[in-house]
Amino acid sequence: MISHQEIVDELVGHFGTKVTEFEEPHGLLTFVCQANDIIDILEYLKESDRLKFRFLTDITGIHFPDAKGKEFGVVYHLHSFENAVRLRIKVYLSKEDINIPTAVNVYVGANWMERETFDFYGIKFTGHPNLIRILNMDEMDYHPMRKEYPLEDASREDKIDALFGR
Amino acid sequence: MSTVKTVEAPSGYEGSGFFATSLDQVIGIARSNSLWPLPFATSCCGIEFMATMGSHYDISRFGSERPSFSPRQADLLMVMGTIAKKMGPVVKQVYEQMAEPKWVMAVGACASSGGIFDTYSVLQGIDRIIPVDVYVPGCPPRPEQILDGLMQVQELAKNEPLRRRESDEYKALLASYNI
Repeated sequence: MISHQEIVDELVGHFGTKVTEFEEPHGLLTFVCQANDIIDILEYLKESDRLKFRFLTDITGIHFPDAKGKEFGVVYHLHSFENAVRLRIKVYLSKEDINIPTAVNVYVGANWMERETFDFYGIKFTGHPNLIRILNMDEMDYHPMRKEYPLEDASREDKIDALFGR
Repeated sequence: MSTVKTVEAPSGYEGSGFFATSLDQVIGIARSNSLWPLPFATSCCGIEFMATMGSHYDISRFGSERPSFSPRQADLLMVMGTIAKKMGPVVKQVYEQMAEPKWVMAVGACASSGGIFDTYSVLQGIDRIIPVDVYVPGCPPRPEQILDGLMQVQELAKNEPLRRRESDEYKALLASYNI
């Protein structure tokens, strides 16, 4: 077992100011880092004899159109089976530059997760061996999870409120 | 007098040792009482169809004894469940591989219109990619409704002229779907 404080001390001792904004929402240790540091941090977390974050639970994207310079984000969830502790890392990206280095060379499982994140958010993982859509159809020319689209197609006639008693 | 129910004879001329009627009607009766379904079941409506195939509702009474999970020898494509846009080409390919004459039944809200899934990934009704003969409403429809839909298709098959599939209207319909 390892406490959150020990993880924070280890990370800050090794990376200094590159890791910021530590918080514990719902008891899940979370911090923020920059896109060009993420691979070093993931490698350190995985290879460290004390931290042992050997399992990548998930990679996903976030989109907040109103956050200036931090419109997009990539969220990494790590899990250490041996220490029974979870960790969340957030990397914010601006909409002008949604490129982030791939984590495939650290965790092989990142391959499909990054393809999914690219599929739904359009975030480009530089160095990914096969960055193509994984869930949606190849002909799709947009990234559906971005908050850029109306919830309903206003031009439709076959699913108007009257038909649903609204 | 036998208690076995048989199909009513078509209208025609009866005499001693002969019975004359039109070929259309004979073929119609034969087709409508041996509709072999191809169940394309993707979700909950497929489960309702399994109940329809079971002994209680017994779709076999209608001559649909053989659900064929292949386009070979199938007459009726029953699309049951949500069809995602990614699945659309598969449904269309199955439809194209069926031999004429063929009928299509959209079972349930999802196959008919996309249902509650008014979203980017779901095809808003299979009639966007293939022509549909009968729509069965419901979410999911009860087995009785599926049987009712089947009986509607039977009625269509019974009254269909033999030359309908060669008609210009039918060819134009298929052309409008790029089939």
